[in-house]
Amino acid sequence: MGIEQKTGNMGVVTVGLEQVVNWARTNAMWPMLFGLACCAIEMMSAQAAHNDMSRFGMELMRASPRQSDLMIVAGRVSRKMAPVLRRLYDQLPDPKWVISMGDCASCSGVFNNYALLQGVDEVVPVDVYVAGCPPRPEALIHGIITLQDKVRHEKLNTWI
Amino acid sequence: MDEPLEVNYKELQHLVSERALKGETVLLNMGPQHPSTHGVLRLLLELDGEVIINCVPDIGFLHTGIEKNMEAKRWELAEVMTDRTDYLNNTGNNLAYCLAIEKLTELDVPPKAQAVRVMLVELERISNHLVWLGTHALDLAAMSLFLYCFRERESILDIKELCSGQRMMTTYFRPGGLWRDLPDEFEIAVRRFIRMMPDRIKEYEALLTKNPIWMDRTRNIGKISAENAINMSLTGPVLRGSGVAYDVRKMQPYSGYEQYDFMIPTGTHGDVYDRYLVRMEEMRQSLRIIQQALDKLPYGPWRSNNRKYVPPPRAELGTSMEAVIHHFKLWTEGFNVPKGAVYLPVESPKGELGYYVESNGGNQPYRVHMRTPSFVHLQALPLLCKGHLVADLVGIIGSVDIVLGDCDR
Amino acid sequence: MSEEHLKTTLKALKDRYGLRESELMNYPPTLICEPDKIVQVSQALRDEFEFNFLCELTAVDYWPEEEPRFNLVYGYYSHAQNVRMAIRVPLNGDDPSIHTIEGVYKGANWHEREVWDMFGIKFEGHSDLRRILMPYDWEGHPLRKDYPLGYEEPQFTFNFDEIDKRKHHGRYEEA
Repeated sequence: MGIEQKTGNMGVVTVGLEQVVNWARTNAMWPMLFGLACCAIEMMSAQAAHNDMSRFGMELMRASPRQSDLMIVAGRVSRKMAPVLRRLYDQLPDPKWVISMGDCASCSGVFNNYALLQGVDEVVPVDVYVAGCPPRPEALIHGIITLQDKVRHEKLNTWI
Repeated sequence: MDEPLEVNYKELQHLVSERALKGETVLLNMGPQHPSTHGVLRLLLELDGEVIINCVPDIGFLHTGIEKNMEAKRWELAEVMTDRTDYLNNTGNNLAYCLAIEKLTELDVPPKAQAVRVMLVELERISNHLVWLGTHALDLAAMSLFLYCFRERESILDIKELCSGQRMMTTYFRPGGLWRDLPDEFEIAVRRFIRMMPDRIKEYEALLTKNPIWMDRTRNIGKISAENAINMSLTGPVLRGSGVAYDVRKMQPYSGYEQYDFMIPTGTHGDVYDRYLVRMEEMRQSLRIIQQALDKLPYGPWRSNNRKYVPPPRAELGTSMEAVIHHFKLWTEGFNVPKGAVYLPVESPKGELGYYVESNGGNQPYRVHMRTPSFVHLQALPLLCKGHLVADLVGIIGSVDIVLGDCDR
Repeated sequence: MSEEHLKTTLKALKDRYGLRESELMNYPPTLICEPDKIVQVSQALRDEFEFNFLCELTAVDYWPEEEPRFNLVYGYYSHAQNVRMAIRVPLNGDDPSIHTIEGVYKGANWHEREVWDMFGIKFEGHSDLRRILMPYDWEGHPLRKDYPLGYEEPQFTFNFDEIDKRKHHGRYEEA
């Protein structure tokens, strides 16, 4: 069973272009290291051995934005950090996605004051919000699977 | 959002030497997003080739305005924010805040609550040192240790989850004692942890302590003498690595620490290697304290009975009118702390954590200032890294053990 | 023995510089000092009385009281004798400034920068007085009591649009 049966004698598989491209994009999405605060520790826990994010394709975290395609904003973003965040987002090559991890990134969480951005969607467009303070590693993995579902259903005309 | 602000070197001219302005040395920005700076820390390095001449730290990228925000909340609601300053030492911050309130209000804390507080704070110390070891080793390219340390840390987080329901930001300590009683599985889980942990520490030491690569990368790097360290207000393992045996748990014991028997490890040279040895030994001493506290765990109530500050148990609400009134007052207005100010130091895994709490008699904190060790230790970074290479700087930052939430608040 | 050292220190400071005890703060024992004497007091504490460790430097704002508006709090610790004490310095509200103690304790450097950033208290003679926690071009001193908290107002259905217009978004481009 499997792909050998479908290829037949000629070794050819027919499938829609959207499906192949989306499958490639979801299963090898490399996040950029953008851990800011407490949620970064839970992100590191999610990458470590107990809950392993490598199973879902996120084998490594690249430090350079030019070599990654997912930005997990983990932690609170202060007003001094906001231009840096936007600059890093602009440096990510297309196609790019953003997961806003934790309450502080989604809506500034416990802190409603002068020093923080009230939600990271003031500066970057967000695809998936993961709630929690900090979200459990399982919650982050659920967020990643939701993002993978979203990417799997993307259409051709949204790529341009 | 407008254009990001460009900072001219004119404003920083007094910090860099003459040679940089003429172009002989290179000014390099080790920016807020960097895999080895343990958070959002920006360093402006002045390099002569690869040798660091000067290093100017630039913080504030994680400033959350916690001190101002606590002034707008009530006393018990503001405790939630203390977890999130030093996010690797949640119970330690909670403990310092609760002790400060108990000092101002002269609340009594029952002995069982004190023993449980000590146990959870020591578990937190081990958890903090595990994260330190994992990230420090990862920066110096011993990657497998990262996975081992986080595996041990999961056991500690499970114990915290047993007590309070939350893995990290527990807010388990309240003024007067604990939030709720210990569950039955707590003792079994902690005993299993104490049995397993010494062998794991031996594993880590077998990987690193006599390793020639590790010793080359950490010996004679980042030295600081004892007098310089005291003048720069350094505390914690950084000061102990230079030979000064200063530990707030022994000098000004709080929460029942005087009953437990433990040692304070010190180093001799004050370099990165000594600080590593000091922290490894501290993990063992913490296990000793937890063992003693668990063996001597007394029976009794887990929170004070003073109904002015502590809500009554739900069962009492059906029978007593005063209980209903206390419950109502505490839930709508919160308790009032008498007028006064106090500075309370506590030994966090990184150094001396001090809470300056001032009250004007109301139900909101008038001023809370956290004297955090990371803020003070970062001032000493230019002193520590003069004359070393950029690769050594990574080891030095790791050995000082800063957490930017602690530094910027 | 360390309690005696603390008592002799407090008595000597009270006699020599005319300081008085504070009723507000008792733990650690605190004295109130005038702004122009703080450098001499710190020097004496470090050299004569073995208080070689500065553990705390912060400020409190008592707005709307104008005199004194600020109270600076200095905390000291002696390694040899294992005692703590603190000193409070009252400052007025209009253009507050005080001499730096960076020459006595090097560790006061960033503490004073933070007090300048958060409260606007100038430290004369400081080597590098710039903002440390807030962005470089921020106006105002956040921890003063007349500075607003800056929270985001909750938007309900009846006032959603009017609050939305006041917010600072990427979504609303000027047409």
